[in-house]
Amino acid sequence: MQKTKVAIIGPGNIGTDLMIKIIRLSDVLEMSVMVGIDPASDGLARAKRMGIATTHKGITGLIEMPEWNDIKIIFDATSAKAHHYNWSFVQKYPDKRIIDLTPAAIGPYLIPPINFDDNIDVKNVNMVTCGGQATIPMVAAVSRVAKVHYGEIVASIASKSAGPGTRANIDEFTETTSEAIEKVGGAERGKAIIILNPAEPPIVMRDTVFTLSENADQEKIRESIHQMVAEVQKYVPGYSLHQEVQFDVIPESEPVFIEGLGLRSGLKTTVLLQVRGAGHYLPEYAGNLDIMTSAARATGEKLALIK
Amino acid sequence: MTHKTYIQDVTLRDGMHAIRHQYTKEQIRDLAIALDEAKVDAIEISHGDGLAGGSFNYGFGAHTDWDWLEGVAENLKHARLTTLLIPGIATIHDLKKARDLGVESVRIATHCTEADISAQHIDAAKKMGMDVGGFLMMAHMNNPEGLLEQAKLMESYGADCVYVTDSAGALLMDGVTERIKRFRGELKPETEVGIHCHHNLSLGVANTIVAYQHGANRLDASLAGMGAGAGNCPLEVLVAVMNKAGYEQNSDVHKLMDAADDLIRPLQTRPVRVDRETLSLGYAGVYSSFLLHAERAGKKYGLDTRDILEELGKRKMVGGQEDMIIDVALDMVGK
Repeated sequence: MQKTKVAIIGPGNIGTDLMIKIIRLSDVLEMSVMVGIDPASDGLARAKRMGIATTHKGITGLIEMPEWNDIKIIFDATSAKAHHYNWSFVQKYPDKRIIDLTPAAIGPYLIPPINFDDNIDVKNVNMVTCGGQATIPMVAAVSRVAKVHYGEIVASIASKSAGPGTRANIDEFTETTSEAIEKVGGAERGKAIIILNPAEPPIVMRDTVFTLSENADQEKIRESIHQMVAEVQKYVPGYSLHQEVQFDVIPESEPVFIEGLGLRSGLKTTVLLQVRGAGHYLPEYAGNLDIMTSAARATGEKLALIK
Repeated sequence: MTHKTYIQDVTLRDGMHAIRHQYTKEQIRDLAIALDEAKVDAIEISHGDGLAGGSFNYGFGAHTDWDWLEGVAENLKHARLTTLLIPGIATIHDLKKARDLGVESVRIATHCTEADISAQHIDAAKKMGMDVGGFLMMAHMNNPEGLLEQAKLMESYGADCVYVTDSAGALLMDGVTERIKRFRGELKPETEVGIHCHHNLSLGVANTIVAYQHGANRLDASLAGMGAGAGNCPLEVLVAVMNKAGYEQNSDVHKLMDAADDLIRPLQTRPVRVDRETLSLGYAGVYSSFLLHAERAGKKYGLDTRDILEELGKRKMVGGQEDMIIDVALDMVGK
């Protein structure tokens, strides 16, 4: 089978890790061009050393390259602002699709095991956030068993794995993730919290998911969560339940007061996760970065296979 | 040796932790009025974990921040209404809502090594015309040099004041002195220096006074120490000590004593004091807000609270990682 050719825009940590995953692991995607804007960038030099074509002239440089014609999927690992610019060019080519790893979110949020099938015809899909990729599958796992009133996630990442883009605009993480908990996870209301921990040696990414749902069969929820973990593990091998799923009944006599919802009772489900990265280009503790590049690769491969 | 002091009351923010964020709207308003009449300089109101802290992770409040804040500013004659925001929990959007309810001053709080995540919020608050403090939490986890670098970052983003925030109540008097001296010596003269203490090692007042003596002018305290862990620096005691020492300050000690004993102590269902559990927080260097969560986990999983707290300290958990309390408890049960 002929592989589908792809380009990556943004030769930073994320772009480089994604490139290595595609080169080493993909039977479906072929790494064609790495796109940057700085001729002196380390990332472009690395891609070149690995035998990959490069341009330092951004999206317009890519379009002028002979490889452009055959490229069907473009991964955008730049910034929200740059993504708007890149998309303004790519959208003119109906045979090409873009997978957006930035917070721009022009297209719908996509989390591979949840809503890939809803978006097979969409030309621009967004990968939410690292915390969203890690946690929203769990919210959805509860949602498919019982109505979820509220989904809350806490993402703890090593300080060293939070790049300058994340640090300069942490509200983007909180707001985007909260919205995707509702839109993709199926919660009536979502809340996201992110914590940076500077401990040395760096901590492996941890994520905790709390849901408040209607009362339901706890075994069914547990089973649904275990199944979803297995789904995510297919593309993120380091994704695991760190503890067994915990349940607490919140009785009607002692409801909790949730902003935007008022007093609610039901079943509280707690899922304690760990995300260990594959250590391709980024260190193992940076599961937050690994899950983004892994989810992007999985999305690209699925898209390549359905065409 | 006396300089202008600015005492900020945290009974209605840090104090939230002591009662699981359950103040009623009326209690907040009445206490704010009592504090204003006693002439504290600033009154901080929000969920214990700052704006939008209401959550499974930190505990849902009895009300939203907006309900607690509403109708307070109009009743204050002396004190400035303030709040707290932790980036990663609340957003600039939340801050705007607070500003629209009359909040004039905000503290942007980060872990003591992560000041750069506050740039966006400090800048936004300044653009809204607010007074802004940078709040470097768990200050014992960074050395004086490192903490100063973080303070300089906050100053560069526009903070009017930077705080040494001893969230774990783990600093000794020398530790406070070294940090405040560096701040006062190396930050711009117009940048104010603040101190926020917890009483876990019984040093709340002593540490605040030492900080003042080395140039801190914004001092945090709460009525009867109402706050996380063994509480904050008790306000009425601080004011009494300052009066005896001849340090200028604005508050009325008798009115504060009355509010502490008549209004606050009756609310303390779990006594706010130095005891085995709260002392363990200071001793192990653990975020004071973990106390009630760890006690609850201890009860649920049949474990000793002190063991849980000490394990959290060993794992170097930072403020906000309340979810890891359950994780640690489950690990301990599994052993």
